[in-house]
Amino acid sequence: MSHAHDHAASHGSVSSYLTGFVLSVILTVIPFWLVMNGGLNPHDTLLTIAGFAVVQILVHLKYFLHLNFTKEGRINSLAFLFTALVIVLLVVLSVWIIFSADALMMPS
Amino acid sequence: MFGKLTLEAIPFHEPIIMGALSGAGLLGLALIAAITKFGKWGYLWKEWLTSVDHKKIGVMYIIVALVMLLRGFADALMMRTQLAMATGGAHGIFPPEHYDQIFTAHGVIMIIFMAMPFMTGLMNIVVPLQIGARDVAFPFLNSLSFWLLVASAALVNISLGVGEFAKTGWVAYPPLSELAYSPGVGVDYYIWALQISGIGTTLTAINFLVTILKMRAPGMKLMQMPIFTWTCTWANVLIVSSFPILTGALAMLTLDRYLDFHFFTSEAGGNPMMYLNLFWAWGHPEVYILVLPAFGIFSEVISTFSGKRLFGHTSMIIASGVISVLGFMVWLHHFFTMGSGASVNAFFGIATMVISVPTGVKLFNWLFTIFRGRLRFTAPVMWTLGFMITFSIGGMTGVLMAIPGADFVLHNSLFLIAHFHNTIIGGAVFGYLAGFAFWFPKAFGFKLNERLGKAAFWFWQSGFFFAFVPLYVLGFLGMTRRLNHTDNPLWTPWLYIACIGAVLIAIGIGCQLLQLFVSLRDRKQLADVSGDPWNGHTLEWSISSPPPFYNFATLPQVHDIDAFTDMKEKGVAYDIPKQYAPIHMPKNTAAGVYIGGFTLACGFALIWHIWWLAIVGLLGIVGSMLARAYDNDKDYYVQPEEIEAIERERFEKMGIDFDRYDERDSNNRPHKAKTLEQV
Amino acid sequence: MTSQVNALHDHDHAHDHEHHDAGASVELGFWLYLMTDCILFASAFAAYAVLVGNVAGGVAGHDIFELKFVLVETFALLFSSITYGFAMISGHKGNKAGLLGWLAVTFLFGATFIGMELHEFGALIAEGHGPDKSAFLSGFFALVGMHGLHVTAGLIWMAVMMLEVIKTGLTGRAMTRLNCLSMFWHFLDIVWICVFTVVYLKGAI
Repeated sequence: MSHAHDHAASHGSVSSYLTGFVLSVILTVIPFWLVMNGGLNPHDTLLTIAGFAVVQILVHLKYFLHLNFTKEGRINSLAFLFTALVIVLLVVLSVWIIFSADALMMPS
Repeated sequence: MFGKLTLEAIPFHEPIIMGALSGAGLLGLALIAAITKFGKWGYLWKEWLTSVDHKKIGVMYIIVALVMLLRGFADALMMRTQLAMATGGAHGIFPPEHYDQIFTAHGVIMIIFMAMPFMTGLMNIVVPLQIGARDVAFPFLNSLSFWLLVASAALVNISLGVGEFAKTGWVAYPPLSELAYSPGVGVDYYIWALQISGIGTTLTAINFLVTILKMRAPGMKLMQMPIFTWTCTWANVLIVSSFPILTGALAMLTLDRYLDFHFFTSEAGGNPMMYLNLFWAWGHPEVYILVLPAFGIFSEVISTFSGKRLFGHTSMIIASGVISVLGFMVWLHHFFTMGSGASVNAFFGIATMVISVPTGVKLFNWLFTIFRGRLRFTAPVMWTLGFMITFSIGGMTGVLMAIPGADFVLHNSLFLIAHFHNTIIGGAVFGYLAGFAFWFPKAFGFKLNERLGKAAFWFWQSGFFFAFVPLYVLGFLGMTRRLNHTDNPLWTPWLYIACIGAVLIAIGIGCQLLQLFVSLRDRKQLADVSGDPWNGHTLEWSISSPPPFYNFATLPQVHDIDAFTDMKEKGVAYDIPKQYAPIHMPKNTAAGVYIGGFTLACGFALIWHIWWLAIVGLLGIVGSMLARAYDNDKDYYVQPEEIEAIERERFEKMGIDFDRYDERDSNNRPHKAKTLEQV
Repeated sequence: MTSQVNALHDHDHAHDHEHHDAGASVELGFWLYLMTDCILFASAFAAYAVLVGNVAGGVAGHDIFELKFVLVETFALLFSSITYGFAMISGHKGNKAGLLGWLAVTFLFGATFIGMELHEFGALIAEGHGPDKSAFLSGFFALVGMHGLHVTAGLIWMAVMMLEVIKTGLTGRAMTRLNCLSMFWHFLDIVWICVFTVVYLKGAI
């Protein structure tokens, strides 16, 4: 049955889980180390750890949640992309709105 | 034992409330007596309350919506009466603390418990039929969503007699809605009613998205789905992506009120503006959730009754999608005056104006659909034409207020009230009423009385302008919303006219109730035997009215956007297969009713701080869920003999000879099918 | 005759189709539910982001966060993710004992995480830094606590699934549910990446 085969492929193998795991460990340890001992200034540190977080999310999506753009997987990936768009709009615009109001009303 | 609940929670001293309560109680008793007298309890329980059939669930949604429409409209009448009486220094009939509950309840009921269930009900009845499916993806979940709505609607109605409802306006802005300023249970009723119905709505949206993605008839590509199904799909996408924001905002308000958190309080660093921000990040998509399906209805109606294919089907789908995405970038226009900087206001103002572009595309598509068609002036068409004018006016006043500078003048004035009623009544409600008349014969097997339908339209339409044009004027004259009494002689005549408008709408609603009664009485003459009373274009018209419980005896093959028109043109619309195959169907279940009941108990207990009952309710919910999850007796097969008997009856009513169907005439059409035109 | 055979064949096919679809539909529906959960978390993150500076004269993030402790928590979740993956691989091979064993390991890692989080919350409240002290602490407790509640729900679900597999074996129904739980579990890991970056690391800078 081709169906069983499809399933095995879409649920990952030992090696793909291990790859994802090793990448995640690296992508976790570096930002923690940066913040705990790093010599970067706060602004650069913030940008760097944000970058690491985004990459690690992508690693998890690929190796643990098996998102892909095959015919069966496409709709899940599109749903996630749309959700990501909404999240970016919601969080970025909210922070912009409130910070703008705070800046005008609570000068410090 | 009973938390904050004591006998004093019942407002014995309020004659108006006690009168309403005893009226409702008497009606309820009469209903119970009637059901008992005719011995219909078993039928009601087995065929309706425990049903997982999307058509019956849809009908029940609409019944709830109509009941809540009557309650919400009663609130509206009281408000208009109060304001017409309480001018020139008079105080009217309602004291402020009661009046505040009325306008809060009116808003909450009309949006959450009238418009949403009306839309969900139409979607339930129509979408699976339009895509050629036998049910939704998760029939039990569908029943559960409905019972969660009933539980939350029950909470709102209980608040009338036990305790109070929120006095905060339907948006429940903090810090007013915080414990410090609203110590009563009103806001708690508001919170839990909205939370419970919101969960039901989210589950419905997921259910229908999966249905649309996984259960379309063979051959139906996504871009070939009928336009109503498409607009519902966009509405569901919006529900899935915006309702969680409301859930989050209300959960934070709950933490503030119950566990002394400081999200939105005015001390300890809380920021009430964040509530406004989150509320409208849901609230603005919400208005598109309401209006997009209505746009779909107008499209179906105008294309069917023009006898033409919808102009610009693809552009309609894309326009709806653009509206959906832009809908997430405009929410600040609800609080331009909050104090964000000029660049923030400019961004949201421009984004708001941009939305009128895809909406304009739609309006032109409808006009081009009518162009060179033969428009039949039925009641659904009247609603559609009324919508096109009313909604355009509402849209223009909206663009006016999208200019931050103009909004600073008009914010929270009656101009705003007139604007959003202009779009929500003229857009969403007219659409649902058009859809109600359009699909009523499909759901019940007989048409609605046309004369009374048109009378209802004219009363609604003229009443609408009488009620709301004065509010535009009053807005310019400086009258703000949520006033209990006024003392400005300039306003008085306009308040009188608005009150007359509300009475005209009341007559319109009366016509609709009479229409239901008259149509039920004349159901034999109004019967729809063919299942296709309007010469429809899409698959729901290809089956009998009302449809058999399995919808489609054989799944239709789709080759065109107007799938049924295509079948009629090819002469295969009423094909009878040689043999029927067994159909896999879900069994009815009472689990949804039980979970709804436990949720009601849990919600009521949380409102009144009856902690033991809240735990019992929660355990009941989890227990019922688990019992349902491990119930192995969920489905069955309908046997071919039963299907054949049902289909035979249908075709014989239409005058088609079921057994000699194979005999073809010279045009290769079924021999007897010609008699269809005589039916 | 031919048409009859065809009809029968169609029927069998439809059968398979329906069964195949049932599992796939449930998984798609569950994925869409997770998307709603994403947005629920997003609103909590947005609230935290705008309230983080409002400490009302109380403690700020760098006063109370212990990054070593958080790193251990993070590793508990990361390990639980890969062990859940191994459980699913065993399950797809039909290895019931392997599946149950890996699920038990996953459960232990998850329980460790929850235990540590409860310890952190308990210590903060004992020191007088509870959620009623400032908007920052409200946002912190609500956001991290919501993630913790999700993990707890996942643990309960995992226990129920272990009982189901012990009783009825690796049925199609059980595998569908385990697939959903798999998505849920890995999804919570992604939320945690955002939590440790936005809350703990950013707060400690």
